[in-house]
Amino acid sequence: MSTNAEISKEPLFSYKNKKLITNPIGKDNPITIQVLGICSILAVTVQLKPSLVLAISVVAVMGLANVIISLLRKTIPQRIRIIVQLTVIASLVIIVDQVLKAYMYDVSRQLSIFVGLIITNCIIMGRLEGYALYNKAWPSFLDGIGNASGYAAILIVVGAVREFFGSGTLMNVQIIPDALYAIGYENNGFFILPPMALITVGIIIWIQRSRDKELIDAS
Amino acid sequence: MEELVNIFVRSIFIDNLVLAYFLGMCSYLAISRTVKTSIGLGFAVIFVLGITVPINYLIENYLLGRGALSWLGPRFADVDLSFLTFIMFIAVIASMVQLVEMIIEKFSPTLYNSLGIFLPLIAVNCAILGGSLFMQERNYANPIEATFFGLGSGVGFFLAIVGIAAIREKIKYSNVLPPLRGLGIAFIITGLMGIAFMSFMGIEL
Repeated sequence: MSTNAEISKEPLFSYKNKKLITNPIGKDNPITIQVLGICSILAVTVQLKPSLVLAISVVAVMGLANVIISLLRKTIPQRIRIIVQLTVIASLVIIVDQVLKAYMYDVSRQLSIFVGLIITNCIIMGRLEGYALYNKAWPSFLDGIGNASGYAAILIVVGAVREFFGSGTLMNVQIIPDALYAIGYENNGFFILPPMALITVGIIIWIQRSRDKELIDAS
Repeated sequence: MEELVNIFVRSIFIDNLVLAYFLGMCSYLAISRTVKTSIGLGFAVIFVLGITVPINYLIENYLLGRGALSWLGPRFADVDLSFLTFIMFIAVIASMVQLVEMIIEKFSPTLYNSLGIFLPLIAVNCAILGGSLFMQERNYANPIEATFFGLGSGVGFFLAIVGIAAIREKIKYSNVLPPLRGLGIAFIITGLMGIAFMSFMGIEL
């Protein structure tokens, strides 16, 4: 493809390459705009810490998976590409899972099956299919990191909102002063319940779309 | 028998994959625009979960788990291959989906026409892998229990997706705020449905 040749002559952080990272964080966010990868996340966002850990894991898996698939893209037969992609992702997720089990056992227990579910996270497959299969390693890497960061950003915001309102803490550090509790403030237990994650994402979408009218769904 | 009914009902209402754990959200939101397509996807999910969960149960218990290989002889009693579960489960799911697709195409072209386009999607549906991983976490006693768990989870997915599709069909006629139209309102409705399903929580069966 001609665009490939152009990219290879560009400096590493050209305008186009920067866009690969910044676009998915805002305008082309995988969760709020592309509707990919909502699956495995919402149940882990009760607190900030597990959200942060899962976010970092996804960034790592996605960046590496994109690079590997992009390097292999000429040798993968078209018909079995989905199995190949799943195998690559699954192997990376196994590594992440083992690392978490070894160094952060309590967080790993808290995330329970959701580390495994990174495998079927649709953003990863979506970007492999849509980008890494047709592009060189470096732009694919940036694309992976960018999309995963967009995902991570939403994950962290939702985690922070839910922990702040639900338990009055952030990263298990109390934020709301005792004085406020003394005059009758109470934590909103509702935010700890899983459905609030969806409603929080709904509100984020609302805010984003009312700021940027282009994104409004016409249907 | 009572135990099986218990597992079945639990997995439909209390541990609903979609509304209690938010698995399979991608296809849930993407396919739920009309009731008709969502019924197709719902049946495909019931079908695939009912097959893959018991197969993964056998693999987990006779190949991968700690001490699972002891039937090969005492030398293998300590082998623990459980780090391979992710890759094995996903391989089983992907290949079963492929196989099921081929079998349906051969024997029931009508069913294939209604389910066909959804089957490939299902290989990467988190609800399917989630079903197998929950099965692993909950340590069911035998493959029959695991089968009932798989079928129940599938029915739970079916109910959730048909429910939201019906609501979304109706909501087309309502005056939703423009920024919330489409995706935003779908998220909030799902949240509200989740809250409604939470009333099943704590029911002892």
